[in-house]
Amino acid sequence: MKRELPLLTTALIGLFMILSFFVPHEWVSVPADFLQATAIILVAFGYVLGGANVLRVNLDAVSKRAPGWPYKVLLVVALLVTVIIGVLDGIPREGGFLNAGTRSKWIYDQVYSPMAATLFALLAFFIASAAFRAFRIRTAEAAFLAIAALIVMLGRVPIGDRMTAWLPHAFQLGTMQQWIMDFPQNAAKRAILIGAALGVMATGLRVILGVERSYLSGEE
Amino acid sequence: MGRMRRGCVPGAGRGRAVLLAAAALAALAGAGRAQPRAAVPPALLAPPPAPASGLIGDDVSNDAGRALTLSWKLSPDDSVGLHRVRGYAIERAPDPSGPWQLVDSVAARTARFVDQSVRRNTDYFYRVTTLGPGGITPARSVTGPLRATSSWFNDRRYSVLVATILFFGFVLYFMASAQSGKKPFVRRIPGINAIEEAIGRATEMGRSVLFLPGILDIDEIQTVAGLVILENVAKLTAKYETPITVPVSYPIPFTIAEEMVRAAYLNSARPELYDPTSVRFISPEQFAYVAAVTGIMLRDRPAAHIFMGAFFAESLLLAETGFSTGAIQVAGTANVHQLPFFVVACDYTLIGEELYAASAYLSGDPKLVGSLKGADLLKILIIASIIIGCVLETLRIHGFTHWMQTQ
Repeated sequence: MKRELPLLTTALIGLFMILSFFVPHEWVSVPADFLQATAIILVAFGYVLGGANVLRVNLDAVSKRAPGWPYKVLLVVALLVTVIIGVLDGIPREGGFLNAGTRSKWIYDQVYSPMAATLFALLAFFIASAAFRAFRIRTAEAAFLAIAALIVMLGRVPIGDRMTAWLPHAFQLGTMQQWIMDFPQNAAKRAILIGAALGVMATGLRVILGVERSYLSGEE
Repeated sequence: MGRMRRGCVPGAGRGRAVLLAAAALAALAGAGRAQPRAAVPPALLAPPPAPASGLIGDDVSNDAGRALTLSWKLSPDDSVGLHRVRGYAIERAPDPSGPWQLVDSVAARTARFVDQSVRRNTDYFYRVTTLGPGGITPARSVTGPLRATSSWFNDRRYSVLVATILFFGFVLYFMASAQSGKKPFVRRIPGINAIEEAIGRATEMGRSVLFLPGILDIDEIQTVAGLVILENVAKLTAKYETPITVPVSYPIPFTIAEEMVRAAYLNSARPELYDPTSVRFISPEQFAYVAAVTGIMLRDRPAAHIFMGAFFAESLLLAETGFSTGAIQVAGTANVHQLPFFVVACDYTLIGEELYAASAYLSGDPKLVGSLKGADLLKILIIASIIIGCVLETLRIHGFTHWMQTQ
């Protein structure tokens, strides 16, 4: 019963949600919307478990004086300060801590956002190093990839068009890069997307039918 | 001047909201122009615009009775360069005599509006007022009653229904066939085979395995697929007595991952090896997650990194950092735009559907493998449909294409 009940619930709700895709009537759409809204409440409780895990993992490392433990102290302090300020900001006003001008918003905008932007900016350097490896020509396929990439990169900037302006239109870099993007690239992308969509359906069906039940965990 | 006043007064009497909308629109439109303070207001110079006409409305089909669509003929004064119409105010009332309520306003040159704020099975009357710098011209007629009703079936989705029924049929047939002892053939997927190789290597090196189930919540099916693979990976790490670290970005996948890893150690008869801190909740914030995971990669130096799920801009940040540590890396995602990054930075990459096939492949369960064959058969049908569609479109026969369109 411990496994049968969740399996039955999953199957019934899964089939109901599939039904809601085809039947827009309020007898189906209203309960379907309600089910999706309840997920938000479940997630809210999940954050409590997540927060407890963050405290447990980091306080455990601090107590054991694991390498880098002072950073974990900083993390725990930052977590507690952010939560406390968020709660205090949320009490007196409507809209709570998300309001413009709150201390929580200030922490998010002035502390977190610049740090996130800094990390994101590193992507440019990582792309450069990855591209350097990707375009090393060792095989015929790699050569093909490198040539196609060169055409696309040059064809998308004004200098590429200027370099080949004297050629017939079909052989200009801008035209060639557009052809590569519209046909070979698009065809491959759509093939992957169709395959992935069928994979999504197959996985969903396996879960609904209870064939895929590892998400329930527990003893076998 | 007098004509304009006569045009305005009835409008003001019936709905102040319309006047407010007109004033707001006029103010917005006038804000961009520099005018001397002493200039005569444009409203005193320009006559009010001619009214919109031909208002018709209908229930939006294939919905739950939550919208009505309206369309009208533009005011004759609403033409490019004339600047005599600023927009249209859409009003509705339960009765032709009112009271009228402003629903919304739309810009000039707009002749269509969908009212998504209606109650189902309720009658509404509509009118459209034309707004201009010279004043407001009330609607000459009222349209109604219009009623939004629920549809029992979305008739644009017949093709999807047929495909879904076929798919379910194929999958159930192949699952039953596999259960009766006819195990279907599945091609070798090097990326999935590499998972065990990577865990073996981590074991030999005496280092841990890092598993990332993507950065989205459980409502993303890629996260579900990643977690299913995690169970198989955790069984292998339990078997090889190798530590595993699983940083998770959302709380629900975190609780599921924690249970899965614990159950995998339990089912592998190694409950004493299970580390309660092996599955860690990090943060749903994308770059906070990146910072934490790259920190784990650089501090703990896991020998194998397994990325299975939905990844976005962080894919290359994670994979390149992992590459710099010398770890063997296996990735799988159905996010097409991130696949090139993983292909470049990882040793093996599962592309699209291979991610969803991985759990069936790893478990070897005939029923799961049977479901893959069902998907393959539908894929053949899709290819056939594409070819048939191309031929029919070339012959200017559009019925099949229209039947396949869902929007």
